[in-house]
Amino acid sequence: MSAIGQSLKRLEDCPLLTGAGRFAADNRADGQLHMRVVRSPIAFGRILSIDTADALAAPGVVAIWTHDDVAQLPPIDFRMTRIAGMEGYRQHVLAHGYVRYVGDPVAVVFAEDPYLAEDAADLVFCDIEELEACLDATADPVAFMPEREPGLHSEIAVIVKQYGDLERAFADAAATVELEVKVGRHSGVPLETRGALAVRDADSGLLTMYGAAKVPHYNRDSIARMLGLDPSLVRLSEGHVGGGFGIRGELYPEDVLVCAAALRLGRPVKWVEDRREHLMAANHSRDQVHRLRAAVDANGYVRGVSDVFFTDQGGYVRTHGGTVTDLAAALLPGPYVFPAYRAEGHIRLTNKTPAGTYRAPGRYETTFARERLMDAIADRLGLDPVEVRKVNLIAEAQMPFDRGIDALGTHVVYDSGKYHDLLQRALDRIGYDALRAELAKRRAAGEQVGLGVAFFIEKSGLGPLDLVTMSVRPDDTIEIVTGAASVGQGIETVMAQVCADTIGIPIERISVIHGQTDRIPVGFGAFASRVTVMTGSAVRIASQALRDKAIALAAPLLQAGIDELGLQAGRVVSSVTGAGIGLADIAAQSGGELAAQGEFRADHMNYPYGVHVAQVRIDRETCGIEVQRYLVAYDVGRAINPMLIDGQIVGAVAQGIGGAILEEFVYDEAGQPLATSFADYLMPTCHEMPIVDVLLREDAPSPLNPLGVKGAGEGGITAVGAAVASAIDDALGRPGLVTRLPVAPGRLHAALLRDED
Amino acid sequence: MTEKHAITLNVNGRDYTISVEPRRTLADAVRDDCGLTGTHLGCEHGVCGACTIIVGGKPVRSCLMFAVQAAGEKIRTVEGLAKGEELHPLQKAFWENHGLQCGFCTPGFLMLAAGALEENPDLDEAELRELLSSNLCRCTGYQNIIKAVRAAAVEMRACQPSANP
Repeated sequence: MSAIGQSLKRLEDCPLLTGAGRFAADNRADGQLHMRVVRSPIAFGRILSIDTADALAAPGVVAIWTHDDVAQLPPIDFRMTRIAGMEGYRQHVLAHGYVRYVGDPVAVVFAEDPYLAEDAADLVFCDIEELEACLDATADPVAFMPEREPGLHSEIAVIVKQYGDLERAFADAAATVELEVKVGRHSGVPLETRGALAVRDADSGLLTMYGAAKVPHYNRDSIARMLGLDPSLVRLSEGHVGGGFGIRGELYPEDVLVCAAALRLGRPVKWVEDRREHLMAANHSRDQVHRLRAAVDANGYVRGVSDVFFTDQGGYVRTHGGTVTDLAAALLPGPYVFPAYRAEGHIRLTNKTPAGTYRAPGRYETTFARERLMDAIADRLGLDPVEVRKVNLIAEAQMPFDRGIDALGTHVVYDSGKYHDLLQRALDRIGYDALRAELAKRRAAGEQVGLGVAFFIEKSGLGPLDLVTMSVRPDDTIEIVTGAASVGQGIETVMAQVCADTIGIPIERISVIHGQTDRIPVGFGAFASRVTVMTGSAVRIASQALRDKAIALAAPLLQAGIDELGLQAGRVVSSVTGAGIGLADIAAQSGGELAAQGEFRADHMNYPYGVHVAQVRIDRETCGIEVQRYLVAYDVGRAINPMLIDGQIVGAVAQGIGGAILEEFVYDEAGQPLATSFADYLMPTCHEMPIVDVLLREDAPSPLNPLGVKGAGEGGITAVGAAVASAIDDALGRPGLVTRLPVAPGRLHAALLRDED
Repeated sequence: MTEKHAITLNVNGRDYTISVEPRRTLADAVRDDCGLTGTHLGCEHGVCGACTIIVGGKPVRSCLMFAVQAAGEKIRTVEGLAKGEELHPLQKAFWENHGLQCGFCTPGFLMLAAGALEENPDLDEAELRELLSSNLCRCTGYQNIIKAVRAAAVEMRACQPSANP
């Protein structure tokens, strides 16, 4: 039986269930110092002076640094989507001349004990001349740092993507539909806060940072470059990672500071942030305003769409550069033909926490915008919203579908898809017509219940390449080494299943090493739903190479011809004589080594797709919103472990519901963050979660990789805002009511009052 | 405030004599002074429940208790849940039902459920949801956590020595 497609229990779980996990804060080293960051209490201002005298005299304090102490360190560079002219907006590891958000690191305290470090940090006094904070990314651009960077203003780049004849589309249109929508500030908020331990080995000079995540190889190179070290003298080591979601594992100022301190202070340095710091210092995301116009025919066919949008990227440009805006502009058209299109994405800085990617970056926002637009078109023309979608979906016969624009430097070509088929399957699964009739009856009886449907495209499998090495060990187990990373998604199990599928041994005999820069020369990490596609394909290639090598080595040992040999249950067996030999024995009798490697390259991403259906009920008195039922229909091409995909999707739905009705980083008019605890940044508990039904399909395998897989990590979140918004409109009988996420009860109440006036 | 006090914490049946400031949280003492890092800190303000351990038979947020308050109490952490190699029914059920992804919140959920089910293994569906809504998970969407705890409750009921023979 093939190991692919089985819902096998995870290899990862045992240590995590017994308390033997090794998360960032669990690392310790003899003689370690503790770092505490002093953060700006002001959203925007010029630093006049920083007084560290009292703090330096506090018990246990070893050193305190401000920017002057690390002035030689360059700012943190872009990892992705570098756009010319952005360099001046990068963040220094400690604030240089100005502070640009509440939480901006201005100093670091190193002390013998974390409690003492925190005591001393409270004694550091920052004299900051407060300037007027900019908190609206749609307002006219303002100066970035008036004195330090005189020419720079807060519009850092404009990304334009277009195809087709938009002018003609609007000229020929039966109607024009316009819409402005906003998606609030959310973020991944993993349950584990960030943390790191840097240790320099005195003998070898090797600097190791424990607590790495997501992109260890890239960050090793960045840290080495910033500290002026040869990359061979820097090692990043990933332990367990308590959730990623796009934000964890990017290179942050604190990571560089612990490494610099371990070098300079000659002792191991540990840093673990608290939750308040996390909520105001780790990357935020979303926060976009879209101004859409659609040219439509009378039957709802969309001839063209234009979108001018604004991404509020906060105080500085961090590692993601223009990624979120690039993805938003490229993927807004989603599953629809839209023969003409123009997006103009303005990347603006404000005095909020800097922003990066969060699960389905650019897609959660644009799926909300696009699907709200489709609902608005249906409402304007008096058509059924599902029918309007069917009229516009790209047909199976049009695949592969060349969109004519780029995303993340790759040409957008939808590789495969049966969109109409999946939509119908989703409607059938939930019993759409009957359910609509039932909800109409409940509404007639006075309840506010409604249904919303949204279609979306995801993207996955970002290249350029992945490499794995694979070797047979003397105990007849297989070790796979990959430069990918684990953020809790189950990479060990999935890679082992791909390997087991070729080699035929149980996954328990396969171990997967990841996130260790000293074990493999290259690695691209875990982001953009790339691991199963890229690393999985590399594992497939390596497994086949290992199989071929084992057979070639076994032939003389078994005195058999290669053609008669095959791999069965981890043994090379002759189909003629029935004689066989195990992999470890082959290795032992062939000079001790049986190993292979696999490299997989991809120039294009692939494009999974899906449908979300939400049913909500609204309490007309409190405006409380209850998501009562949820369906995700998703085509991943091929499922390696359906149970794990199901888990990814349901977990992502929860985050999507958070973003749709609960979560938002709110600021007051001075730029003070108002959501700096879990009492204010509200994430769903099991109370807020409906039963989520997952319809997992494998109807459109990707032709771009040997497994046919597409990524499964993000599709559960992509359309939640869109589907829930549509369902709220439906429940209240007010088409177009929801134009902003999250739909907090207070906001809904105000919208309803406004409507009644 | 920074003067240290010698206390003894009894964790998973073993005594740890440690010296702590009065302000030291129980969570920090368990993690750093006793070296039991299976208990995790997710928020340090009592909302997420990742640090849930059992003190005196009740699940508590160890980030909201001082270590000195727990002296003399019987403390149980995730490290004490399995009996040697034999996993606790909750641990088995979380594994079988994919009740964890990154695993950071898992010890807190396990100890929350263990404490509650030991007191009342007959929690109904609403009570179970109410109980589990005490803790946050950012990966699973809770569906499989609820499934796992429900499955473990069945096994724990079956294994429970009957109180009224």
